[in-house]
Amino acid sequence: MTARLWRFPGGLELPGHKTESCERESGTATLPAEVVLPLQQHIGAPAEAEVEPGQYVRTGERIARARDFVSAPVHASVSGTVQAVEDRPIAHPSGLSAPCVVIASDGTDSWTELTPTPDYTAEAASDLRNRIREAGIVGLGGAGFPSAVKLNPGGRPVETLILNGAECEPYITCDDRLMQEEPARILRGMLIMRHALQAQRCIIGVEDNKPAAIAALTAARDELAGTDPAAAAVEITTVPTRYPAGGEKQLIYTLTGKEVPSDGLPIQVGVVCHNVGTATAVERAISEGRPLVDRLVTVTGSAVAEPRVWRVRLGTPVGDLLEERVRDWGEIGEIIVGGPMMGFRLFHHEAPVAKTSNCLLVPAAEELTPAPDPMPCIRCGACQEVCPARLLPQQLYWHARDKDFDKVQDYNLFDCIECGCCAYVCPSHLPLVQYYRFAKTEIWAAEREKKKSDIARARYEFRNERLEREKAEKAARQAEKKKQVNKGDDQKKAAIEAARKRAQQKKEEQGVQPKNTDESELTEEQQRKVAEAEARRGEGTGEETDTGDTAGKGE
Amino acid sequence: MLAAILALAGLALAFGLLLGYASIRFKVEGDPVVDQIDAILPQTQCGQCGYPGCRPYAQAIAAGEADINQCPPGGEQTIQQLADLLGREPKPLNPEHGEEEETPEVAIIDENICIGCTLCVQACPVDAIVGAAKQMHTVIEAECTGCELCIEPCPVDCIYMVPVPDTPQTWRWPFPELYSEDARRGLAQVEREEADEATEATHDR
Repeated sequence: MTARLWRFPGGLELPGHKTESCERESGTATLPAEVVLPLQQHIGAPAEAEVEPGQYVRTGERIARARDFVSAPVHASVSGTVQAVEDRPIAHPSGLSAPCVVIASDGTDSWTELTPTPDYTAEAASDLRNRIREAGIVGLGGAGFPSAVKLNPGGRPVETLILNGAECEPYITCDDRLMQEEPARILRGMLIMRHALQAQRCIIGVEDNKPAAIAALTAARDELAGTDPAAAAVEITTVPTRYPAGGEKQLIYTLTGKEVPSDGLPIQVGVVCHNVGTATAVERAISEGRPLVDRLVTVTGSAVAEPRVWRVRLGTPVGDLLEERVRDWGEIGEIIVGGPMMGFRLFHHEAPVAKTSNCLLVPAAEELTPAPDPMPCIRCGACQEVCPARLLPQQLYWHARDKDFDKVQDYNLFDCIECGCCAYVCPSHLPLVQYYRFAKTEIWAAEREKKKSDIARARYEFRNERLEREKAEKAARQAEKKKQVNKGDDQKKAAIEAARKRAQQKKEEQGVQPKNTDESELTEEQQRKVAEAEARRGEGTGEETDTGDTAGKGE
Repeated sequence: MLAAILALAGLALAFGLLLGYASIRFKVEGDPVVDQIDAILPQTQCGQCGYPGCRPYAQAIAAGEADINQCPPGGEQTIQQLADLLGREPKPLNPEHGEEEETPEVAIIDENICIGCTLCVQACPVDAIVGAAKQMHTVIEAECTGCELCIEPCPVDCIYMVPVPDTPQTWRWPFPELYSEDARRGLAQVEREEADEATEATHDR
């Protein structure tokens, strides 16, 4: 039975360079003397450290809890003493430092007590999800999205569960080795996921350049089908080797013919897609209760003496891992985390292996030719032909170069998966992907600023409102006080008025005329003058009454 | 003739009623232009533009009292956006109002020196400083807009501006250099030669 396949647009046939690291069995790297565990090894909110320096932790013990729905806890990958919770350089294209928990190994690797779930079928989906979430499992294909979130369809029906074993990027072979060495574990993990999702159909997609992996998976499925009828229904489908066949949207299209909408998630078309490595981590988390403390890392490149896949404890410094494995430190060109197409250069050798580090590519210095000088774009359209997301890379390039971030979004920049096909074929050697990454991070930064300014506006407006309110309250208080004072004034005025009236009354009753002196003591001359003055006063009083009247009328 | 006049009068009446109704039904509260301008401004509330906040500046721009190049925190990008919105020519930032800062900054209070005078608390336009009289004050860094308005009132000079460090989450990919060092040098050479030729040509003339 050969299933019908769909052909995704674009893509490239690239030299694989996979045999170098794939012909040897995977090995287990020696326990590191010290591990550096970044609190953020996943997409979403960083975890929150729960340990203090000096504290003793066992392997598998949780050292940082998930802080949000989209987040993942971190577990101690060795037993030993916590040295520090501090910023350390991490494997990130920026070369910046981020908060990490540093543990000095005591060399015993003594594990914390694990609680396995022997029969997953008896468990509710939400319990399984919680266990997977508590085990700190994130997508091990490279993106690092918390798996428990992806295993929560939120009431939407899941038609198909896809396990991604395509591993399309050159040099990387950790999934290939895993499928050859632990096919039964992958299948069991898939059945647990299927149970959590209630998916109807299960497909494992593997590129046709991995015949050994396909054979191993098929054999394991047939063996498992004897005891578990659900396993018999798992389809193992071979997909043509064409980069980037392992891109989530590309693989879904190849296997089901369904296109994940722009800006959308696979669940919208009834599909959930996980990496094969994630399936084994899920199996371990459920059947053994074991959290994610290690992963398979491909160590390859021309400077590596024995290219091979290694099971590495998370937090192992890259330099420690490579130390015994490179031929000569002097001759290495650079260290690339990830593959040659999508990986990034590592700035610090002491940066640790994280949950998302699937490959360390170490080319020799002599192998690295300096990138040819970029020439102007000649509008040949070669980039457009290879774009697997059906975008117009050269339009994106022009607008990103102009920093016209509205236009790049009009051309669906965020559907770009940064696979690098366009830059690979560009005859002008333009670093196209770097332009897209630049534009994406600029847009995100602008969004963050927008959010921040919205908060600032709200706070500013609230403050103004508060100041207005306080002013109004103060004014009201003052008015109240004034009223009190005025009330007092009125009383005083009334008292004065009453006193005046009383005096007047008294005066009228006595009929006393105001007199300054005794008249008998004065000379005639003086008496005459007094009489004149009295007469004047009489006139004055008359005038006064007059003016008083006019004033009264005036009012 | 009469029929035509009646018809036109009828139409005029009908449209008049329609417009009258629409003007009531679709009445716009406030000034949408001010809101649009305010949405572009960075909300630093620093007052460097000469107005006591971003909204007053937005109102001044809308009223035609202020120019669009008075916002140093917004810089070139804000000027460009304002120019696009208002259909004006973008112009360089007016240096009278300050210079655009390269990296965002936040204020921090040296808590050993702070005397708890509350002057900075009152100066902060976004209530990002907490503290009470004779109690130590501190800045809520996440809410600080970096306006520097708290620095001047501090009587003991215990407030500093520190750049916000880049984290892997906020880090931005650098703009790719179109030409490598060698190519740029070559290009500069070509440009020089062309310029020389141009001057020679003018001399010849």
